[in-house]
Amino acid sequence: MLSVLEALVFSTLDYAPALVFAALGAVLSERSGVVNVGVEGMMRAGAFAAAVASLAVPTPLGVVCGMAAGAALAAVHGYLCIRWRSDQVVSGMALNLVALAGGTFLLEALWSPTGTPPIEQLHRWVLPGLDQVPLLRALSGHSSLTYLAAVLPFLFHFALFRTPVGLRVRAVGEKPAAAATLGLSVPALRYGCVVGSGLLAGLGGAALSTSTLDRFEHHMPAGLGFMAVAAMVFGRWTPLGAFGAAAFFALGNALRIGLASSAPGLVEVIPQGFLLTLPYALTLLVLAAQGKKGAAPAALGTPYQPEAR
Amino acid sequence: MQALDDASLEIRDGERLAVVGENGAGKTSLMNVLYGLYQPDRGEVRIGGEAVRLKSPKEALARGIGMVHQHFMLVPSLTVAENVVLGKEPARHGLFDLRAANEHVLATCRRFGFALDPEAPVESLSVGSQQKVEIVKALHRGARTLILDEPTAVLTPQEADELFAVARQLTAAGHTVIFISHKLKEVLAIATRIAVMRRGAVVADVAPGATSVKELAELMVRASPTPLSPSRVEREPPPGAQLPFSPSGAGGEPPPATRPPFSPSGVEGPSTSLRHARGERSSGSDQVEPRTPVLEVTDLTARGSRGRPALQGVSLTVAAGEIVGLAGVDGNGQRELAEVLTGLRPYDAGTFSLGGTVLCNPSPAALRQLGLAHVPEDRLKRAVVGPMSVEENVTLGRQHLPPFARGARIDFAGRRERAARLIADYDVRPPDPTARMVELSGGNQQKVVVARELDATPRLLVAVQPTRGLDVQAVAQVHARLRAERNRGCAVLVVSLDLDELLAVCDRLYVFFEGRVAGEIARARFDERFIGRLMLGARAETDTRD
Repeated sequence: MLSVLEALVFSTLDYAPALVFAALGAVLSERSGVVNVGVEGMMRAGAFAAAVASLAVPTPLGVVCGMAAGAALAAVHGYLCIRWRSDQVVSGMALNLVALAGGTFLLEALWSPTGTPPIEQLHRWVLPGLDQVPLLRALSGHSSLTYLAAVLPFLFHFALFRTPVGLRVRAVGEKPAAAATLGLSVPALRYGCVVGSGLLAGLGGAALSTSTLDRFEHHMPAGLGFMAVAAMVFGRWTPLGAFGAAAFFALGNALRIGLASSAPGLVEVIPQGFLLTLPYALTLLVLAAQGKKGAAPAALGTPYQPEAR
Repeated sequence: MQALDDASLEIRDGERLAVVGENGAGKTSLMNVLYGLYQPDRGEVRIGGEAVRLKSPKEALARGIGMVHQHFMLVPSLTVAENVVLGKEPARHGLFDLRAANEHVLATCRRFGFALDPEAPVESLSVGSQQKVEIVKALHRGARTLILDEPTAVLTPQEADELFAVARQLTAAGHTVIFISHKLKEVLAIATRIAVMRRGAVVADVAPGATSVKELAELMVRASPTPLSPSRVEREPPPGAQLPFSPSGAGGEPPPATRPPFSPSGVEGPSTSLRHARGERSSGSDQVEPRTPVLEVTDLTARGSRGRPALQGVSLTVAAGEIVGLAGVDGNGQRELAEVLTGLRPYDAGTFSLGGTVLCNPSPAALRQLGLAHVPEDRLKRAVVGPMSVEENVTLGRQHLPPFARGARIDFAGRRERAARLIADYDVRPPDPTARMVELSGGNQQKVVVARELDATPRLLVAVQPTRGLDVQAVAQVHARLRAERNRGCAVLVVSLDLDELLAVCDRLYVFFEGRVAGEIARARFDERFIGRLMLGARAETDTRD
């Protein structure tokens, strides 16, 4: 029993960084008033770029390339939504399609339809002392991204609610006209947040291909980006809330893996497909249970038009 | 469009200057030039003798000029202190210094003699307090001269008094305050100097001690082009015709073709005075006595948009042939009640009947069948479809009925004919049934809405803020229509945040406070001060006062 629990915790921690970073990215963009359903595409770009770059350079550098790829895609989103005030949902979905098709095309053209060759995974840190204690052992042996994902939400939360920049970001997401009359630049703040959101989503994608696994697989991130957006909603647009929700969804995924491996008999009773849908069904259930509670930033999805005062 | 035409205005240190004028006289445009929002084509702004170019609000602020907009520029979810310091935050080691921000707000409040909780979210504050947040915000940014754009339009009389006290404190401390206002009575009470604007120019500069409401009103409108068709003015020279905004409603009388079969001379008598028609209702010969209740509401309970209780046991009646007003500070349940009555918001408990039919969470369509007409608060959001034409908008709600439809098809000729008639009756400009709704001015859009709703000869008319954003002429026309409907025998319910408007048109008032009826007052007992106290939560024994 203990070992099952241990495996569950280990698997959750191994899988969570991707979701946590992406959910934080979604929070950052949406707090500034720009809807970001393109997280999925940005994750895919990040996962792909990180794996491909890591074939040539050390993996940590590859992770940075993954972040850059996510940010590049986010910059396009920002340009469309901020400069041209296009529909933010449509722009995000278009980017998802671009990333889906572009990744598949490059993969097939350069390697094989299923994935890239394996790369060197990010170093897994063994925590001395802890790795001998039963249960706590599960906390040891993860990549630096897992430990970063445990710290970053707190830093982000603090920055959003306790620093001048955080105050400005919240103001721009709630009432951009008020921020503008005070001499703040709404476009500059929103660009910053959207690109930052791409960096985080790219990092989340890179975590999948360099830390959780050791290659880019053709289906990555398999809807994790949408789960990250759901985590943001469930977390009521706060970094810590999104962190908690992302961790919960990661647990759901670990549960699926755990069920499949620890109780192989179950797979004969319950078709594999049902188990695969478990994390997604969990996401749906949680969102339905929460309903619409109106925690979203007031100006979310509304392009800012200076002349419409 | 030329908003300003060779306007000159001098502002002196430490004065309370009121700028008055009709809608479109250029008051706000002139202030926007001072605040750096508009650039003048010709002419200049001099501060302390030095000519300056103010290219943005930021530059105006750097010169010590701050503005409190009519629609507040506050972030509702942030606290008072956060709103005040936003964009110019006190920081310690790069972190936001919340304590310094809070202390700054408290110090400013103490200095000018009012109270604000720096940690309260702005959305929880009353309108009057939000206005003070705006003032503190401008002062925090170093404003020496404060421009207040129609500051009392949304305040109760008590809140307005508080604002005036703050203004006196400000000028006593050496600040300069500029008011834009329509309300001449209060301008006379508070200003140390009054500038009158007309058609883009400053036409008079008077001392409040040396003038009167009547004289100011004449200065404001003298020689302004009359938008009334000449025939109508000749036909019926109203008492006080020199004042187009007298609510006697001369401007709004329908031309003979559609005049309902009652004598319009009974609408308001000559005793009507400017903006404050206080006289008893005129005794029109064929006026329906307000006896038959049309709308009856008992113990109605409903929740607001955030799920919190908005109506907590409201009971009221509106009878045929009377205009009943709902007064109250914004956010005390009047809006939610209007939404319940028009089928736009479900209610949890209580009963509600229209014309004797008891209803249970009826749909808007069912209510319209029973004779409801609705002039909603937000025209473009709820009353009209902006990109569609005037004639298309006129059909909405009755698009399946003659003369707008014949069977399953649109009756284009019938629709055009009816639209053209309504346009003529209500003097909609431009008089073009194919004009797109968004191309019309706010006043003309409202005329189309009122025309459409009244064309169905309703039993109950619910009008929410029916004159919001309209100029005095259009206001008078809408008020005259409301009175005409009453005299026809319609039950009229008016929800307005403008107490003066309610005092001018209503026969009876319900005052709302925190989702309950705080008092019911008949016209004979209308008293601005007393109603103002009820609006702020003072309890009253209904109708026992004299």
